[in-house]
Parts: sequence; structure tokens; C-alpha cells
Amino acid sequence: MKYIDEYRDINVINALATEIQKVVKQPWNIMEICGGQTHSIMKYNLSEFLPRQINLIHGPGCPVCVTSLEKIDKALALSQMKDVILVSFGDILRVPGSESDLLLEKSRGADVRMVYSPLDAVRIALDNPHKKVVFFAIGFETTAPVNALSIVRAKKLHLNNYFILSSQVLVPPAIKMILELENSSIQGFLAPGHVCAITGYNEYVALAEKFKVPFVITGFEPADILKGLLTLVLRLEEGRFDVTNEYKRVVSKNGNSDALEMVNDVFELTGQEWRGIGIIPLSGLKVSERYSEFDAEKHFNLDGLNTRESGLCIAGKILQGTCKPTDCKAFGKECIPEHPLGAPMVSFEGACSAYYRYQ
Amino acid sequence: MKISCPVPLNKYDTVTLAHGGGGKLTDQLIHDLFIKELDNIWLNKTHDGAVLEMSGKVAFSTDSFVVNPLFFPGGNIGDLAVNGTVNDLVCCGAVPQYLSLGLIIEEGLRMDDLRKIILTIKEAARKANVKIVTGDTKVVEKGKGDKIFINTSGVGIIPEGIVISPERCTDGDVVIITGSIADHGIAILSSREGISFQSTIKSDTAPLNGIAEILFHITKDVHVLRDPTRGGVASALNEISRSSGYGILLDEKMIPVSDEVKGACEIMGFDPLYIANEGKLLIILPEVHAGNVLGEIRKHPLGKDAAVIGRVEGKSPGVKIKTLVGSTRIVDMISGEQLPRIC
Repeated sequence: MKYIDEYRDINVINALATEIQKVVKQPWNIMEICGGQTHSIMKYNLSEFLPRQINLIHGPGCPVCVTSLEKIDKALALSQMKDVILVSFGDILRVPGSESDLLLEKSRGADVRMVYSPLDAVRIALDNPHKKVVFFAIGFETTAPVNALSIVRAKKLHLNNYFILSSQVLVPPAIKMILELENSSIQGFLAPGHVCAITGYNEYVALAEKFKVPFVITGFEPADILKGLLTLVLRLEEGRFDVTNEYKRVVSKNGNSDALEMVNDVFELTGQEWRGIGIIPLSGLKVSERYSEFDAEKHFNLDGLNTRESGLCIAGKILQGTCKPTDCKAFGKECIPEHPLGAPMVSFEGACSAYYRYQ
Repeated sequence: MKISCPVPLNKYDTVTLAHGGGGKLTDQLIHDLFIKELDNIWLNKTHDGAVLEMSGKVAFSTDSFVVNPLFFPGGNIGDLAVNGTVNDLVCCGAVPQYLSLGLIIEEGLRMDDLRKIILTIKEAARKANVKIVTGDTKVVEKGKGDKIFINTSGVGIIPEGIVISPERCTDGDVVIITGSIADHGIAILSSREGISFQSTIKSDTAPLNGIAEILFHITKDVHVLRDPTRGGVASALNEISRSSGYGILLDEKMIPVSDEVKGACEIMGFDPLYIANEGKLLIILPEVHAGNVLGEIRKHPLGKDAAVIGRVEGKSPGVKIKTLVGSTRIVDMISGEQLPRIC
């Protein structure tokens, strides 16, 4: 397929692999932040091309995986309310809450619908004026602009039956948290290409300076990832701690200013709980005061929920890069994709699911 | 005194409970639509069942069809219902001959839609050279069904010398697919509420007995046939691998996928290996026949993109794939449905 095939070309891949072998001298612990990159690494089994000195550690960049149990339980509670249509993206519907999951509730009769874009949720609200439509907005900086757009559009249409349950998270605060962990072993990062396409990479420059680690902004195709790794290994071997953009066809330094403006108008920063990790300060986006009539957590009474996490799951350690999925006692036993205990086993981008599926 | 229904069939815009009640309206529906269109000596008898003359080894298969939406690019539930059972019989090595047709209709289905579906069934049966010899209709209350569910069962004769079974998959066999994969699943998705996108991708629904005839004309030494419907090529091959105990190694660069399907899969985060096909055949047979079989199948309109996509290797079950970039990974069974990715 045009424009993609060249990034999956076997000769390009082999040349990059040879080059990485040539330049690597010492062992390096490298984290790819984004779940899309984890998935690509597994799907193309890129570790086959890497020298043993390179240890890839999967980061917390799967939006489904890090959505807090509390928010999932809130979504479940909303799905049980009369006249509520709960709408979300596909994968989140399978994530286990304390007692149930959204697909199970759908099978029991709750009106739970899957869409590909929040704008479709606005359409559902328009078509069902007597129902309250709640869009469960999960995701990183990549999905925030279109979530914001859905609220702007709902406002323009004077809809009073469209709401957002926001569980939107930001990458840089999570990187900071990982680097501040006492037992953190991460020496360099592949930074998330699609997130940087929206935000630019000024924040990563600050992180690189503060923590003395290199970042390489990297795409998602096999050649992108190997090119990112090659550059990162070069920086590590040189001892250069800066940000390099290896995804220039998509990412610019200052990002997409229109998208950022809309996000900043509709949402505001908040402390956000990441599943398995805990609260990371200023790492989330909630609906801003200006648009509070669209905030599901303000409109509905969602107090008094009892959240309870499975004791076996070590998703938090996996998401922080201190454990691999295979370190988990439940992996492949009590926890399988048909019956996930934790979110990383649910999503295609989740590290546990990727390990289970492809290794 | 002769009492006839004051309201002829064509006065009803929608199917009502009375159309399934066994009375006049049922009778009208059967005669004015089903028998009129599907016309053959067995059905026309309106007997409790069809009495068939068959001799030899008989293959017998059944399948039920539920699809949302009923009408999609490239077909509707009618062709699916005929081709699905025809293809299941083909995969048993049989020449499909007779089908039954069971309809469960939710009251309120538009009569026009029912007629369209029956006309499609008529045309699909003609193309597949099978007869609909017996049938049944039930109408359920609104909300108790989803517009229409169809069941078809079918029988066909397996010619002498043909033994098709997943356990026969063995070392030295190759895996052939008769054309590009994932068209049906993506066509359905492209027309579904909430995910709809514009494309020209059409369902590949088609009867495979024409291709099978060409195949058996070249050789009867065929080990396994499978139409990779739900769960796609990946699930079909995993099942075959498990039944036979042999491993299968696919070569990603040989797997035909149309550019449009590839593009849709890239955007949605789907793997075409797991997406349904309704008109493709997986053929597993000794490598010596592969050249001849490919050469002949490619002359058939449904087989022009046929390719050898993998081989059977070694007595350790599981499916692996040599990826486009030259590495190897496992191709597992899928759990549940593939859902569109988030970012």
C-alpha cells in the first residue's frame, strides 16, 4: 500500500537492524511509551532484530489500560440509569470494573453503544432527545481534541442531553512519575509520535534536560520504530540527553495549535488516577467550568461507589515498567483475553494482551 | 360459500403476526412469494418435507444467519444464507444439491425487504445450482427478533475418492486462499451504525462450488477445505492446526488483501487475518498439486487472486506468520470480536 509499504520494507528493516548492532556497545533499558508502538513491536516481533543489549520496556501508553477502576465503575453505574445511553470506544467496553464490565451490562439490557468518534455520540444525542447520552471519553492527548470538538458541537446544537465522563490522561506527567520512581531503570524513551503530533515536543525537551535522559519521537511502523531505536542508542552511547524528532512527516515542534486551543478551552488540568499506578498530579483533563453543563460527573449523582481491584493483577507494575507481563502469576492462567483480570490484557495495545497474543 | 382474504398480500406493507399464524395470510405468503419465486417440483408440493432421491455418501450441514444491517454493500442476508450452507457443503467435499429455508421474521419487517431477500435467495440458489426444496416461516412479536433470522440446511453428494477432513492436514501440504481476504467483514462494518465510513468495499459473498469443481477436476488428492467466515483465516487455520496436530506457517507478503481493505484495517486497527470472508476457500493439499491448481483456479472469476499463503510444517500445532519484515510471530485465535482501536 502506498506510503506505508516503504516503512515495512524488509531491506530497510535489515539495514536498520545491522546499523543498531553496529552502534550498540552497552546494555540499555528503553521504554516505548505508546501502546501503539508496543503493539507494533509485538506484531512484527521486532525484538528478533535487536541486539541482546537492548531491553525494551513497555510504558503506560494504552488509554484503556490506565483508565481508573473508579471511572469504569462510574460508567457502569451510568449504564444502569434510566434513559441513559452510554457510548464509548470499542476496547473500553471489555475492561473489568469492580463487579462487571460494560459489554456484560449491554447483554443484560443496558443501552451501551460503541462508536468510532465522539461526534457520532453527539449524533446519537441529537437523534434521541428524550435520552441522556454520556460519552465515556478516555484517551491521551490524541483523542482530547475530538472529545473537545464534540462538546463544542453539542453546545452549538443547544443539546442539553449530551455529557462527557472524562478520563483523559497526559503523557509527560506519567514520564515524570516513572523517572522519579526509586527503582526506575529507564535510560531512554521512544516518545509517542501521535501524541506529539498534537502537543509538539517542548515539554519533552524540559524532561530531557531535567532528568538527563534522551527522547526520540517515533512513529508506529516497523521502520519508524527501528529508526527511533537507532537514534536513541546513538544518543545514549554518546551521552547526549536531548529530544530528536524521527517522525518529521507527522510531528512539528509546536504541534497543532488549533487542536490545542480547543482542548484548552473545553478542558482543564486535573489530578488523575491511573489504574494500578495511583494519582499523578496534573496528569488528566476534566471538563472546564465554562462547559460544566456537559460534565457527566456534575450532572449525575455518582457518589458512594465501592471500587475493588483484583488482588492478583500486577498491572500497575507492568505499566510503570518495573515488571514484565510474564512476571505476573496470573498471566495466561487466571488472566487471559477471554477473562481479563486487568486492563492490559484487554486492549490490543495492552502489554499483557500483546505478550499473550504474539509470544 | 367461498371465503377469501379481503386484503391481498401486496396490500400489506409489513409482515404481521398473522403471516406466521398458519392461516390464509401464511398460505398467501407461501404461494405468492416463496413458491412463486423459488419454484421447483419439491417445494411446489407444499408437503411437510421434501422426498429426495440420493445415492452415495451424503454431506449434511446447517447454518443460521443473523446480520446487521440486513442489506450491505455487495449483498444481503439472502445470499449469505444460501452461499453459507453451499460453502459448508463444499468444504465437506460435496456437490451441494438441496437446501431447506427457515425464516424467523420479526413482525414489522417491510414486505418489500422480504421480497428483496427472497429474490436474492432465488438468484443465489440459481447461481449455486441448488434447489430450495422445503421451508418454514415463523413470525415473532416486535422486539423478539431482529427483523429477520434465516436458517438454511443443505445436503450434497460427495463424489467417490474425495476425503476432506481437517485431520488430514499434514507435512508437505501447502495452504492456498482463493482470493483477497477480509472483504465481507469490512463491508459490513462500513455500513454499521457508529462506525460507518465511506468506501467501495463490497462483501465477497459467493458460492464456492464452481471453484471446487475446478479443483477436483485437477486432483482429488485434497486434504482440507475451509471457508474462513467468522474469525477469518487466522481462526480457521488455528482450528485445522489443532485438529491435525500440525503447525502452519503463513507468509504475510503472499496474503492477498485489497488496498481499500488494507487502508480500512490500518485506520480501525484491525488485522485482516481475523476478519470474515463469505466467498473464499482455504485449500490445503500436497505441494505437488499447487502449481496446477493455482493456474486453473485463477482462470475462474472468483479465483483470480488465488495464492499460496503458507505451508504445513512439523508436528507441533499452532499458526505462525513470517511477517512482512521477515520476523516470525504467533497468530493466535481471537477472543471475542475485534473492536476498533482508540487512537
